[in-house]
Amino acid sequence: MSTSSHSLAAPGTPGRVCGTTGLGVCLDAQRFIKLNAVVGIVFLLLGGIAALLLALTRWQTVHLLPVDWFYRLLTFHGINMLILWILFFEVAILYFACTTPLNARLFSRKVAYTSFGMMLTGAVMVDYIIIAGQADVMMTSYLPLLAHPLFYLGIILVAVGTLIGVFNFFATLYVAKRDRSYTGSVPIVTFGATAAAIIAVVTLLHGAVVMIPTFTYSMGWTPQPDPAWYRLIWWGLGHQSQQVNVCAMVSVWYLLTHIVVGSRPINEAVCRTAFVLYVLFINLASAHHLLVDPGVGATWKIWNTSYAMYLAVLASMVHGFTVPAGVEIAMREKGYTNGIFGWVTALPWKNPAFSGTALSVVIFGFLGGITGVTLGTQQINIIAHNTLRIPGHFHVTVVGGTTLAFMALAYYVIPLIFQRDFIFRRVARIQPWLFGLGIVLLSFGMSFAGSMGVSRRSWDIDTQGVYGAAAHLWLGVLGIGGVLAFIGLLIFALLCVGTLLFGEKIEGRAMADWGTPPALAGSQPGSLAHDHYATKGTIVLVLTFLACFAVYYFANWKALTDVWPVR
Amino acid sequence: MSLRPLTAPWFHGPAGHEKIWLGCAILWCFVMSLMMPYWHFRGKQNSTGEAYTVKPADFFARTEKFVTANRVGTFKNPITNPMMQELPLVEPPAGGDAYLIGRMWQWYPALRLRLGETYRLHLSSLDLQHGFSLQPLNMNFQVLPGYDHVLTITPTSKGEFTIVCNEFCGAGHHAMTGKIFVE
Ligand code: HEM
Ligand SMILES: [Cu+2]
Ligand SMILES: [Cu+2]
Repeated sequence: MSTSSHSLAAPGTPGRVCGTTGLGVCLDAQRFIKLNAVVGIVFLLLGGIAALLLALTRWQTVHLLPVDWFYRLLTFHGINMLILWILFFEVAILYFACTTPLNARLFSRKVAYTSFGMMLTGAVMVDYIIIAGQADVMMTSYLPLLAHPLFYLGIILVAVGTLIGVFNFFATLYVAKRDRSYTGSVPIVTFGATAAAIIAVVTLLHGAVVMIPTFTYSMGWTPQPDPAWYRLIWWGLGHQSQQVNVCAMVSVWYLLTHIVVGSRPINEAVCRTAFVLYVLFINLASAHHLLVDPGVGATWKIWNTSYAMYLAVLASMVHGFTVPAGVEIAMREKGYTNGIFGWVTALPWKNPAFSGTALSVVIFGFLGGITGVTLGTQQINIIAHNTLRIPGHFHVTVVGGTTLAFMALAYYVIPLIFQRDFIFRRVARIQPWLFGLGIVLLSFGMSFAGSMGVSRRSWDIDTQGVYGAAAHLWLGVLGIGGVLAFIGLLIFALLCVGTLLFGEKIEGRAMADWGTPPALAGSQPGSLAHDHYATKGTIVLVLTFLACFAVYYFANWKALTDVWPVR
Repeated sequence: MSLRPLTAPWFHGPAGHEKIWLGCAILWCFVMSLMMPYWHFRGKQNSTGEAYTVKPADFFARTEKFVTANRVGTFKNPITNPMMQELPLVEPPAGGDAYLIGRMWQWYPALRLRLGETYRLHLSSLDLQHGFSLQPLNMNFQVLPGYDHVLTITPTSKGEFTIVCNEFCGAGHHAMTGKIFVE
């Protein structure tokens, strides 16, 4: 019995007890969390270097890169950031979420190696072929654009490798349940990670469906797939994978607010239902990339944007409430009861994991969410499709939201899993602020230039002769924001790598505290568990959010009425 | 809590502030869902995606026929752009069909339209995907090879409009332009 047990408590299991949290850590899981996280951060840095050069090119007055390198590095940036950095880091998160919280050990080391090996091989192939100039097709590689076969093969390897990692996650969950390494229901963090993993499977299967025939076509074995079909299925990959990111990000929000301020979901049933909504209703949201496409009709577009998307949007609006509400309750119970927002000023804003999380919530919700839903409205898309408004939107979701949340997580993962305290802790404290500010400026620059008609993925805007001083000004804002964000990203990468090499070792002791709000005199843990009207600050915040949302949404309908009638 | 399995029963319905917010959020999602069908019937700007499959060679032939039949002059580009130095200027009959080809790297031909008239504008590509982006209005539609994408469009403002390409289509993408004049 004990040999088959995958519980960490079983004798002979390679595990250790965390000196900070007292939780059990599986050493196999720990190894692969390390590998995947480090490789992820390397790709983040590579993508970041490309980002700087791109921003300095779109900044029309600087206009740094020559035309071929602009498109090459744009392809490189999209792939390294959106696919490689995010996927590697997410696999690390999955391995964590299925082991430590459940006191379980990782299902299989071999499977984890296979997954990691395939992903890394694929990633190196893709990056090599892009830099070699054989794949200037953007990450979307819309047919009939054609890249070198290695490009598609690399992506297929990355996708299959990730699927294998996801399989390891599910197998670990299953075995942990079977061997009763825990009792009760899985915690919210694991639940959210499971939702992410389920969506990842659906997503990656779409990837296989579209990439395999494209690969065989690039080899000359099969005829060219239809470009409209390609777009439909590709976005089944491209859009849904963003829902994986959202799930993973929200899980990280729950995790970090719990670690830093001791918050708990104010209502487990509601929070979990919200995750289920993501799983159920995201499948068809790829539609909102095809809103001005030929061949797919209005009914299809409207149905798939509304029923599917708005229930997933609802889910995000639920988390947008429950996460800050959990923090508010925890703070009030600790005794920070002054007024409506007294608890906000007392939050540990100098703790980079906390500031990163809070900025991620605000940037994702206020900027990313509002713009995303508006741009994804069937008719409004006419005045936004393929303009810079689109990257303006997703740099405040997947960058200001997901990437920033993952950075925040690293401020705990590195001390707890790599067991080294961060170097230059003062610098780390400002990093999330710098990165967040840079991304917000970048996004504003993109969004405003985009609403003046400047297109995305364009090396130059002067040949067209239609863009004036205002558009150039906003591209300058894009450039400055890009430089700041790059500095924030570089600091992050250097701090992480520097810490792995030179950080002070933690053995058996607790990690150095980043700062958590102390309980005040009169604190009463758990006292507000049944007070459903205690979240006064949060309700004010979310109602403000809703007001901003409505204003932006209807302002866009108004802008739409200014263009020519079209059917 | 968030990190440990839950052992006590955890199911309870929403209450208090949470219930208020849930109500607001559901209501708002409902409003947004209804806006789209509402606009589909009452609004003037819609993308119905009307399209027919077409071979690029056939679309090219149709466009050439359209150009020969309706040509009214030549547009000479005042901006130096090797991709588009001049284009035939074509005026479709009011209420009739107009053809526009997207190809590496220009929109062919230049069109002259009449204010307030409605046209069926056929868009297709002869090579890669392109993005029809009408500036400074900022109206954007996707153009695919093999699909005749039909926009039923009514110019309601006069002047000179530039068509920009906003789907990446190779090294000349940024220089891919075209013209529509409304009189
Ligand atoms: C230092 C931070 C970053 C800067 C300065 C930056 C800047 C840029 C710029 C200037 C573009 C080109 C926009 C265009 O011309 O169409 C771009 C595209 C893009 N970025 Fe970033 N970015 C950053 C981080 C990220 C991250 C972390 C991600 C993903 C997790 C990301 C995902 C993308 C994607 C998917 C595209 C579109 C690529 C394409 O059109 O194919 N970026 N970024
Ligand atoms: Cu083009
Ligand atoms: Cu183009």
